[in-house]
Amino acid sequence: MSARIYVPIDSGALSLGAEQVARAIRREADARGIAVDIVRNGSRGLFWLEPLVEVVTPQGRVAYGPVQPEDVPGLFDAGFHHGAAHPLCHGLTAQIPFLARQERLTFARVGLTDPLSLDDYLAHGGFEGLKRAIALAPADVVQAVTDSGLRGRGGAAFPTGIKWKTVLDTPAAQKYIACNADEGDSGTFSDRMLMEGDPYCLIEGMTIAGLAVGATQGYIYVRSEYPHAFRTLQAAIGRARAAGWLGASVAGCGRAFELEVRMGAGAYICGEETAMLESLEGKRGVVRAKPPLPAIAGLFGQPTVINNVMSLAAVPLILARGAAFYRDYGLGRSRGTLPFQLAGNLRHTGLVEKAFGVTLRELLEDFGGGSASGRPLRTAQVGGPLGAYVPATQFDVPLDYEQYAAIGAMVGHGGIVAFDDTVDMAKMARHAMAFCVAESCGKCTPCRIGSVRGVEVIDRIIAGEERGRNLALLDSLCDTMLAGSLCAMGGMTPYPVQSALKHFPQDFGIDTAAAA
Amino acid sequence: MTTPLPKTADLDALIQAHRTLPGATLPILHAIQDAWGYIPDEALPRIATALNLSRAEVQGVVSFYHHFRRTPPGRHVVQVCRAESCLAMGADALEAHVRAALGIDVHQTSADGAVTLEPVYCLGNCACSPSIRVDDDIHGRMSPRRFDALVAELRATSGKGVTA
Repeated sequence: MSARIYVPIDSGALSLGAEQVARAIRREADARGIAVDIVRNGSRGLFWLEPLVEVVTPQGRVAYGPVQPEDVPGLFDAGFHHGAAHPLCHGLTAQIPFLARQERLTFARVGLTDPLSLDDYLAHGGFEGLKRAIALAPADVVQAVTDSGLRGRGGAAFPTGIKWKTVLDTPAAQKYIACNADEGDSGTFSDRMLMEGDPYCLIEGMTIAGLAVGATQGYIYVRSEYPHAFRTLQAAIGRARAAGWLGASVAGCGRAFELEVRMGAGAYICGEETAMLESLEGKRGVVRAKPPLPAIAGLFGQPTVINNVMSLAAVPLILARGAAFYRDYGLGRSRGTLPFQLAGNLRHTGLVEKAFGVTLRELLEDFGGGSASGRPLRTAQVGGPLGAYVPATQFDVPLDYEQYAAIGAMVGHGGIVAFDDTVDMAKMARHAMAFCVAESCGKCTPCRIGSVRGVEVIDRIIAGEERGRNLALLDSLCDTMLAGSLCAMGGMTPYPVQSALKHFPQDFGIDTAAAA
Repeated sequence: MTTPLPKTADLDALIQAHRTLPGATLPILHAIQDAWGYIPDEALPRIATALNLSRAEVQGVVSFYHHFRRTPPGRHVVQVCRAESCLAMGADALEAHVRAALGIDVHQTSADGAVTLEPVYCLGNCACSPSIRVDDDIHGRMSPRRFDALVAELRATSGKGVTA
C-alpha cells in the first residue's frame, strides 16, 4: 500500500518552498522504490511550520515541519512515510495545541482536503447546505441567514440576512451576487486561504445566495495580488459547472446560477463595495455616493448582494447545520466565529478561527506564542491598515464588534498585526496617512487632500516644529476626515493615527509628564 | 528584450475576444498586459472604439490602477511589500537592501534589464513576513541573503516563471 503524503499548495506554503518539497519527496520516493501518493492540500494555517508535510497513519495524520527539500532524504531515512519519529515531527496534526484549541466552522475543511477534488468536498459535508437551500423557499433561506446572526465579515459587520432580504424584496429581471475578494487589508489572508484551500465552499455559499434572492449571475472580484487564488477559483468553477453544481439548472433544481471570476488591478479602494462595482463595470474604482444602496441599484444598476468571502463561506454551514448551531457561538450581537489572522512579529503566525469573545492576549500569547523577536509586544493593529493600534493595556478586551467599537477600535476582517517594542508609532501613523495618499480614489476632498496634509503635519510634529499647534491641526484634520469622507478609506484613516497618538504620545516627542 | 513588439492585429484579436463581456475594460487590459507586459499606446484608441468609450475614459482606467503599466518592464518584476505586517518584520531594511543590490529605486528597471522594482501594499502572505513577489511567485520570510541568491537566478534567466 502506498503512503499518502499531504504537501500544501497554498500560496503561503509555496512562498516557503512547498513546491520544491513536493518534488523532492517524489524524487526521493522514486529513487528508493517507495510508493507514495502525494496530495496537494490547502494550508492548515500553522505558518511557522510551513511547509507542513502530513503523512496518513492508522492513528491519523502526522505532521512534519517546517520541511525544506534538503530535509527529505533524512525524513525517508527515519521512516516518516510510516509516521515515524523525527526532529521535525509534531505528532498528530489534530492534536497540535494551536489547531486543537480552535473552533473551525468556516475553515473546517481547509488543509484537510484536496481543494479541487469534488469527491473530497462531498465526503466532508460539501453541498449539504445547498441541497437544503434548494428544498426551502427563498424567503426561508434568507430567514435562516438572518437568524444565524451572521454579520458582514469584510469589516462593516452589517447583518447579512437584512442585506439579502432587501435584494429578495426588490423586483428586477436581473440580480447579481458580487463577492468581494479584494482582500487588501494588511495582516489579512483568510479569504486567500479559503479560496485556495476550499474554493467550493465559496462557490456553494454564492450559489445559495443566488437561489435565495433570485440572482442568476455571480462575480468574484479577486485582487491581482492573488494570482494563485484566481487560478484555483477558475479551475474549481469549471469543475463545479461540469458536475452540474453551476449552470442553467443548479443540481437539477431547475433554477440557474452562473459564476465568473474577475481580476482587480492593484487598487486598495476596490475593497470598498461601490468602488468594486465600478471596477466590475470596467471603470475607475471610484466610490459611489449612497443611496441608492447596492442592494437596490448595484452592479449595472441592478439589485446586488455584495458580501465578503468569509460571509459567503459561512453560509453553507448555516444552511446545513441550522441557524441556531451557528448562533450558539459568540457573544452579544457578535454571533458565530471569526477566522482571526495572526501576522507581523509573532512566533506562531497563522489562522485561528474562534468564536467572538476571545481576547487579543489569548490570540497573541496562547496562540501566537509572543513576539518572534523575543522582545516584549508593544501593540497590535487590529482590522487592517484602517484599524486602531491597540496597546498592551487593552489586550484583555474581548473581541466583539461592540466592545471593540467602545474602545475606539474595530474588529474588521480579523487581521491582527503584532509589533514589538522597537516600533516607532509616529512612523506608523505617518505610514497610515501615506497609504491613504497612495490609495485614495480621489472622489472626496477630505480623503484626497486630507491625507496629503496629514503626512505633512505628522512630519512637522516629528521634526518638533510648533508641536502644540501642529497637534491641534492634526486633531482637526482627523475630525474632518472622519466626519467628511465619503467612505471608510478617508473616514477611518484617522483610527491608526489617533490611536497611535493617544496611546504612544512619547513617540511623537510629546512630553507626557509636562502634559499631565 | 525578448518580448515581441505588439502587432495591431494581435491587439484587435484580444480585444475582440473579450469585448462582449459585461464591463470588459479590465479583462481586456489584463489580457493585453499578460501578453506584452504593458499596455502599449496603440491599444487605447482600439479599446475605446471596440467598447464605444472615449480615449480619455480608457486612459483614465489604465492610469487609475497600480497594476497596469504603460512602458515595458524588465524581464522580471519584483514587488517588495510595504504593508504593516512586513514593516513589523523588517521590510524597511529589506527594501533598502533590495534597492542597493539592484542599484535602482522603486518604479525603475536595473541597468541589465533583468528586474523592474515596484512597491506593493500587502501580498496576503502576512504570516510569512517579510514577503516579496517575483512575477507570479510569492516568496516569504525574505532575507537579504535569500534575496541575493534569488536575484542571481533572475539575472541568469530570460523570462517569466523561473521560480515555478
